[in-house]
Amino acid sequence: MEELGRKAMAGDIRAASRLIRNIEDDIPETNRAIRHIFPHTGRAHVVGITGSPGAGKSTITDQLIYTMRQREKTVGVLAVDPTSPFTGGALLGDRIRMLRHAEDQGVFVRSLATRGSMGGLSKAVGDGIHVLDVMGKDIILVETVGVGQQEVDIINHAHTVLVVLVPGMGDEIQAIKAGLMEIADIFVINKADRDGARKLYKETLNMLDSGHFPSGWRPPIMMLESCLEPHSFAAAVEQLCDKIEEHHRHLVENNQLQERATRKVITEINDALRSAILEPVLNELAATGEFDIMVKQLMAKETDPYSLAEEIAKRYMNK
Amino acid sequence: MADRKIRILLAKPGLDGHDRGARVLARTFRDAGFEVIYTGCHQTPEQIVGAAIQEDVDMVGLSCLSGAHRYLFPEVARQLQAQGAGDITVVGGGIIPEQDMQDLYDAGIKALFTPGATLDSIVDWINENVKPRA
Repeated sequence: MEELGRKAMAGDIRAASRLIRNIEDDIPETNRAIRHIFPHTGRAHVVGITGSPGAGKSTITDQLIYTMRQREKTVGVLAVDPTSPFTGGALLGDRIRMLRHAEDQGVFVRSLATRGSMGGLSKAVGDGIHVLDVMGKDIILVETVGVGQQEVDIINHAHTVLVVLVPGMGDEIQAIKAGLMEIADIFVINKADRDGARKLYKETLNMLDSGHFPSGWRPPIMMLESCLEPHSFAAAVEQLCDKIEEHHRHLVENNQLQERATRKVITEINDALRSAILEPVLNELAATGEFDIMVKQLMAKETDPYSLAEEIAKRYMNK
Repeated sequence: MADRKIRILLAKPGLDGHDRGARVLARTFRDAGFEVIYTGCHQTPEQIVGAAIQEDVDMVGLSCLSGAHRYLFPEVARQLQAQGAGDITVVGGGIIPEQDMQDLYDAGIKALFTPGATLDSIVDWINENVKPRA
């Protein structure tokens, strides 16, 4: 496993993709590889891109890759798509928008499925970022559907967070209020040539006006019009790319990069504790059949979840 | 807990836009519990091989209805081999005449599915012959 870590650090693509696979599959020995590479991480600028399905995240990511490559940056991408809760399978289609970079050695794109386990996705993304980081990628783009706690956890791994909105989806502003507001560094209104874009812009502006920004960075709102007009779209993404760089400079100049890095390690240690403590317990309860018995007890109202949890906690924590 | 999943790349190489079959397969594979990376139409063997390696897949499924399978399928297998990824299973599907099949098998294509192959038979073949590479 250390071998994989070493090879990934030397830029071996097969080793790196294998390592990310082992992280996803939660192979226990992978921790050794992470231990090996962890001291060398923290160099890349990690940019999270989140927003509703169909908001255009993959298309924006594709154009960002292009722009960043023009600026002679190497780029790593982690694209997250949902796993079917019914079959455990997943259809990962983000890559279809990024095909033109398939032969560029300076670009590494990896699709990840959300799988199921609690905290597992965030852990996989966090460690996946480490792998791309030690491969020497200058920018790491993490693309994810912005719904639910899992997604917010993922975004905690990023230094700069883009929230992509589109007009005509109504619930957008609601979604932001519910948690993404605090986390956005740059708002992107995509498909801004469509009806309702001005209204969405104003709503976002109003929301920002009533916010306060102790970090000294007020999230800008960037407008992107149809990607079917390649020239204007490319020019707008150039500006977006400028803003991303500007935000990074802001973090560096105001000593806030450290804060973001702290946010990342807090998420990481939370994930690691969950996987080291909670998961083995749950696995054991499931394997011994005790979990099913508890479910039956609860269904029969013989006890309550908190008493059960307390009992289990006492047994395992021997305090 | 360790949980190996079969990862599959589905692609349509060459100049062929008829992707209904590939899309149906993508859905079918997802429903069979595999992780499917669908990369769409009009791809070169270089693009397919690059994606297969970055995605660390266990199998590459190629769909071709244009008649260019005799070049495209073996080329993907050859390039995978050349990049040290010969352990990735390559299978093909589409309109493939009987007389072409032996050459394709000889070139390293592990299975060929032609019109009439049922979805179940394809999933069964994968479950039997493709193991997540440890």
